[in-house]
Formats: sequence, C-alpha cells, structure tokens
Amino acid sequence: MNSPPKLHPGLNLGPAHGDDHEAAENSIFGFWVFMMSDLVTFGMFFALYATALHATAGGPGPKDLFDLSSVAWQTGFLLVSSLTSGLALLHVKTHHHRSGAAIGPMLFWLLATVALGGLFLWREIGDFQAMAAQGALPTRSNWLSSLWALVGLHGLHVSIGMLWALVIALGVLLRGVDQRWKLTLLRWGVFWHFLDIVWIAIFSFVYLGGLR
Amino acid sequence: MTDSLCGNLTWDSIMLVKAWKDPNVNNLITAGAAAMIPVGALMVPLLLLWTGWWRPLFRDWLASVDHKKIGVLYIALAVVMLFRGVVEGTLMRLHHATALHGGVLSPDHFNQLFTTHGTTMIFFVAMPLITGLMNVVIPLQLGARDVAYPRLNQIGFWLTASGGFLITISLLIGQFATGGWSAYPAYTGSIFSPGVGVDYWLLSVGLSGIGSTLSGVNFAVTLYKLRAPGMTFMRMPLFLWTSLCVSILLVLIMPPLTVACITLGLDRYLGFHFYTNDLGGNLMNFINLFWMFGHPEVYILALPAYGVMSEVASTFSAKRLYGYPSIVVATMCIAVLSFLVWLHHFFTMGQSALVNAVFGIATLIIAIPTGMKVYDWLATLWRGRIRFTTPMIYLCGFLVLFVIGGLTGIILANPTIDFQVHNSLFLVAHFHNVIIPGVVFGMLAGLHYWFPKVFGFRLLESWGRTTAWLWIVGFSVTFFPLYVAGLMGMRRRAVDYADPAIQPYMIVAAIGSLILCLAFLALLGTILRSILLRKQLAVPLGDPWDARTLEWATPCPPPEYNFAVLPEVTARDAFWEAKENGTAYAPVEKYEDIHLPPPTYYGLWIGAFASVLGFAVVWHIGWLSLLGLLGSIAVPIAYALLPYREIILPAAEVQKQDEAWRCAARETDGVTRDEEAHATNRGLAKPDELEIEFAAAER
Repeated sequence: MNSPPKLHPGLNLGPAHGDDHEAAENSIFGFWVFMMSDLVTFGMFFALYATALHATAGGPGPKDLFDLSSVAWQTGFLLVSSLTSGLALLHVKTHHHRSGAAIGPMLFWLLATVALGGLFLWREIGDFQAMAAQGALPTRSNWLSSLWALVGLHGLHVSIGMLWALVIALGVLLRGVDQRWKLTLLRWGVFWHFLDIVWIAIFSFVYLGGLR
Repeated sequence: MTDSLCGNLTWDSIMLVKAWKDPNVNNLITAGAAAMIPVGALMVPLLLLWTGWWRPLFRDWLASVDHKKIGVLYIALAVVMLFRGVVEGTLMRLHHATALHGGVLSPDHFNQLFTTHGTTMIFFVAMPLITGLMNVVIPLQLGARDVAYPRLNQIGFWLTASGGFLITISLLIGQFATGGWSAYPAYTGSIFSPGVGVDYWLLSVGLSGIGSTLSGVNFAVTLYKLRAPGMTFMRMPLFLWTSLCVSILLVLIMPPLTVACITLGLDRYLGFHFYTNDLGGNLMNFINLFWMFGHPEVYILALPAYGVMSEVASTFSAKRLYGYPSIVVATMCIAVLSFLVWLHHFFTMGQSALVNAVFGIATLIIAIPTGMKVYDWLATLWRGRIRFTTPMIYLCGFLVLFVIGGLTGIILANPTIDFQVHNSLFLVAHFHNVIIPGVVFGMLAGLHYWFPKVFGFRLLESWGRTTAWLWIVGFSVTFFPLYVAGLMGMRRRAVDYADPAIQPYMIVAAIGSLILCLAFLALLGTILRSILLRKQLAVPLGDPWDARTLEWATPCPPPEYNFAVLPEVTARDAFWEAKENGTAYAPVEKYEDIHLPPPTYYGLWIGAFASVLGFAVVWHIGWLSLLGLLGSIAVPIAYALLPYREIILPAAEVQKQDEAWRCAARETDGVTRDEEAHATNRGLAKPDELEIEFAAAER
C-alpha cells in the first residue's frame, strides 16, 4: 500500500528526503548569505539617501515630486506579485513530488509574477519620466542622485528577478520540474520576497517619510 | 569627440606610440614596462603552442573546478602581479633617493606609481594570495571534497583576473589613476581627473570586488555546511577559524566598496552629484564607505596570516597549539572590532573630539586580542620540538617585526598623535610594517608549508631560508628609515622633498628596496630550482612535516576528490590523533561512488566578457560595452539551460587509488624530524626520541 506523500514546510524535492535535502540546504543557505550581502548594498544606498535628505541644492524636493497614488499602485503590484510567486512555489510543493504533474499552473503563476513586476516597472518608469520632465534629474542635486540610485537599484533588481523567472519558465519547459529547477525556484522565491521587503523600506522611508 | 567605433581610444592612447613621439625619461620607463605586455602576449601563446602545453593548460587548469587548482591559479595571478608591485615600489624608493628638490620622475608619473602600487598590492596580490591559499586549504582541512559551489569559485577567480587584466592593460593603453589606492573624490571626480585613469581603477577594483564577495559566500557556506562528520566548530584547525572570520567579513564589507565604486562611477559617467563639490555632493560619504570596507579589509588580509602562523607554530614545534580557545575568541573579537574602527583612517577630517576619542579607543582595544595571540604563539613554541624550517623563519620574522608594526599602530591610534604624523611617511612605514611581516610573511610561510600538499614535492629548504632572510632584511632596511623620515616631516605621496637631512634615509631605503627585489627573485628561484629537483623532493605519502590536521591525511598531491572516504573527526588535531592511535593509514572497509562536478569554461567566459565590458566602459565604446554586458548576462543563462551531468567515479576505481597509497604508507619506514629536509623524506613521518619525550612532558 502506498502511504500518502509527506509534505514538508519547504518544497518536496523528491520522494525521499535524504541527499536531496542536504543539497537544498547548502544551496538555499548560500543564497541567504548572498542576500545578506545584497542587503548591505541596499543599506549603504539607504545611508547615502539619509545623508542627502537636505542636500536638494535649491532644486525640487520630495513634496514637489512624489506622487503617492502611483507609488501606492506600485506597492500593490509588488505585494500581489509576492503572493503569485508564492503560489507558483506552492503548486510545485503540492503537485510535483511525483514526476508527471502538469506544469501549466506553476507556469501561469510564474508568468503572472513577471507581469505584475512589469506593471510595477511601468509605473515606476512613468514616475521617473514625470520627474525628468520637471527637471528633477539626478544631475540636479545630491538628493536626486541618491533617490534615483536607490530606487533605480531596486528597479534593476526587479528586472533581474523578472528575467530570472523567464529563464526558469524556459528551463522548466525544456527539462521539466527536476530537482535543479526546484532549487532555482526556491532561490528565486527568496530573491523576489527580498525585493518586496526592500520596497517596503523604500515606500516607508523614502516616499512616506519624504511627504511627512 | 567620442568616436562611435573606438570611443575615446586613439593611437596616442597607446603608451608605446606616446613614448615614440615624446621620448622623455618618464615615457620611456612606462613604455619599457608597457612593452612587456605585447611581448608577453605574443611569447606566451607561442611558448604554449611550441611546447604543446596549451592543451593541458585549458583542459586540466582553466576548465577545472577543483578547488586546489583554482587556488593555484589565484596564487599564480598574485605572483605575476607581485612582480609589478615590487618593481613599482623599488622605482619609487630609487626615485626618492635622488628626489631632493626634484628627481627623475615627473609628479604625474609618481602619482600613477603609488596608485598602481597600492591598488595592485592590495587587490591583486594580497587578496588573490589569501583567496588562493584559503581555496587550497579550506576543503582539505575541513575533510570535504570541494568547496560548496565549485563553479562559483571558478567565476570568482575569473572576475578577479579580469580586474587584474584591466589594471595591467592600463599600463599599455591609456594610464592609471593618480589618486592613490583609496581614490578620494573630489580629486577623482570628472572635473579634476578627466582621463581614463580613475575609470580603470573603478572597473578593476569593482570587478575583483564582486569576485571577492562570491568567494566570501562560497567559503562561508563551505565552512558552515561541509565540515566532516565530527568536525565541530571547536575542533576546527585555527586556519579554518580565521577563514571563517574572513568569509563573514567578505560578505559584509565588500558591498560598501562596490557601492563606493558604483556611485563614483555614476558621478563620473552620468554626472550624478554624490561626491562633487557642488549641488550638495558629500565627499565624506565616499571616504566613510571606502574605509568601512578598507578597515575590515586589513583584517581580511591579516587574519589568514594569523591562521597560517598558528598551523606553522604548532606543526614545527610538534606541539598542539597553546591556548586554542583563546586564539579562537581573539580572532572573533578582532573580526567584530574591525567594523568599529574605520574612522581612524581620517581622524583629521573634521569630526568632533568625542567621535575621534571613541574610534581611537576602539582601535587601541584591537591590540589586546592581537597581543594575546602573540603570547599564544610564543607559548606554542616553548619547549617544543622546534625545527628552523623556512616557515619557522618567517614566523620568527613575523613575531618580531609584526609586533613593532602593531606598536606603531597603537601610536597612530591616538588622535592627538595622529594629527601630527598623519599623511606622513610614518604612516607608510606603519602599514607596510604590518602588511609585509604580517600578510606577506604569513602567505609565504603558508606557501612553503602547503606547497608539497598541492604539487607533491617540497620547496628547497636552502633556497627557501635564504629567501626568507632576504625578505626580513630587505623589509627592515627599506621601511625602518621611513619611520624616521616621517617623523622628520616628510609627506606621504610627495614626489620630492626640500630637507637635505632626509636624503640619507631615502638612500638607505632605496638600498633596502633592492634587497626586496632580490628577495622576489629568490622566491622565483626557489620555485624554479625546486621544480627541477622535484624527483628528490617528492613526498608522495602525504605528510612531510609530521603535521596534525586533516589535509595531511591525504597523498601529495591529493586526488581530485581529496578524501576517498570522508574522515570521522574525534579530536581537535584529527590526523595527529589518528597517527597516535595507529589508524592513520589503516585499510578502509567500504568505498562508495564519488560524484564530481564536471569541468567547464563557465568562469573563463564570464571573465572574458567582464574584461571586454570593463575595457569598453573605460574607453566609452558603446557597442563593445553592450556586447560585454549582454555576454555577461547570456553566459549564466546559457549554462543554466544546458544539461548538467556530474562525473561519477566508481567505487572500485577510488578503492584502487586509495589502497595503493595506504599500502605504500604502511610498508614504508618514515623519517624522523632530523631528516625532514633530506631526500629520504617521502612524506611519511616517524616520531623521534625528542618528540616523544616532549610530548610526554606536555601531557
């Protein structure tokens, strides 16, 4: 008699949990360590931004430039994208402990995440264009340099996360949801949630803080 | 002005053309050095083709993901770059010997020299040396088959190499920065340094910095997750403890450097205002970022040297390390404190006295754990079965000279004194006094100590000892006069001086720098001579020094998989314990298949595209930058989509290789410590009477 497959808090990487989980442990732990390093990078940009708060050099400041409704939309897109990225992982967790499960739903959630990331970028780029139209380019002041660099770095991360998701989608189509791609998916999940956390910090400190 | 095909690159950018058109002393010196690049670029491939070595070079080395080979590549890169660094240092010292009211070199040339010297020595000599040594040693001491991510390891190396490529090519095409290795704006901004020099600095340091971050992640995971069964943290050899601290530091402190490079680059390329004098720019931000990286970096370099010295002290005294827990605690203390002292690099830049006092005291506190270690090493030697091998000579030089360097550091840590001597040659003497006897001696001792492990034969003791003494004497003669000159008021980075009383010290220092050149040549001589005599020096059985830790429980050189069967660790000095119990070479009951990562050119591709990207960005060549960028993105995607098959080495094959070695070790009669440097040493140790007597007394 077949016992029902055990479900684990992470992804079910294979029918047994021996070597597969050991490999997963090294891979995911290492990615967390890397994320820690990336977090310091963002921390430094936040620090540069904090020291630049009053360095507007007579140019436009937060109250002249920030459009909170657009930023709220961006926040919404990104938060929902975290949900969809989680759903992609959940689908793998509940359906892919045996080979032969359909990958359609998982691909759907993956691509939905990419689409939401795209919407986020679309609104963000729109904001930057609006700022540029008002002469608020990074060449105008130290504060604007820090703002464009910090928010731009986050946008760059979102773009990398989207590209990564597309590569995963392609890889899964080519090779199926094997252990290698499951591990990649797990790392990508960590990365995507990380982006969300950084965005929450940007939203709180840069945008809400700036309009205080 | 900017050409769409060649960017800012013109014929006159090439140093040889410039020297042809305007043959003055400075241009000719640079052109002479620059000419070595095309000559080398022509000769090396010809040599490879002629000897047929290109095939093994690519197949066995450049494609390899074996941590030992990547480590050797790092060290080879460091030695090549060390050549340049030593020549530049000597050139500066020779120049200063004649620089009363002038001298041979032009100010601009001199500025380039100290900038490239510093950048090369820190980022492309010291860093590759420690990364290389950690690569070779960590998995072996840990009882692991490789690092956690062998392929990432390869990528890290090639990113470092592409940084090295950029700083090297700057000699031939264009010029390097003139703003010192720390590249403070606003001087390095686009207004005061409009040329390509600072861009070369940004790209070479930035690329190698990313490589170092990846190495840090890799080593940290290796040390946390790949320890052999039973290898608890408090059983790790001390080199691993220092490596762990270094990995943590690398992960956390490379980002500030990367951010400093990116933001200064944005200022220069896109007209941002992070560090400009106008529109709110804040220069202090760069200086803070740089030293938030820069100070822990000092410990990244020094800690592995402490680790090596710990291993050397205990092996060549045939005693266990004295006060192991205290050294572990001291190492961790140093790692933590290293984050809290960065401001002492700029006491004079306008903070309040209170802030200076806090950072000054934090700096002084670091002396306590460091001093503790020195006593521990001395106590390790005490009543040991000491052999004055080459690494021990480096250790002695280290113990005396490094302590002097540390003491002058304590002087500098006092802000009131620092105000008098900052930016003087006193400071230059101080940091050379900690980096050469600390880092360089440590790495050279490590090179001697572990060389047989990697290559299967020892380095010649006679040559090695001569080299060690040349380094010790050369260092002392070069840098002690600089302390005096600094106290007499000679500025750092000054092209000339006006006080005739300084000149005698400069002449002595110049003589010392020639001794250091000799030391470098002697180092090459040691390696070459030993290669010629490798048959006599071979130690195939794996344990030439009667050592204590796991890396010696393998043949020399170890197989690609390091350990046929992963060792079970039950004590701190695991291999020593096995030898005492007589189980070191005992037959193994069961072998298993071994999975190995396949060879790949992943890293080489990344390095090639990164180099193209760096070069194109420096020269503002749009299409080539795009090519480099797209290539750097496409390579990881392509390798992610390609199938990945591990090589499986069958258990029978492993058994055959391993049993041959174990049988040979059981059937050979070992050598005692007296014969350690003789041809009879085949890598099997036998305790001698003194050793047994001392060991009994120790208990």
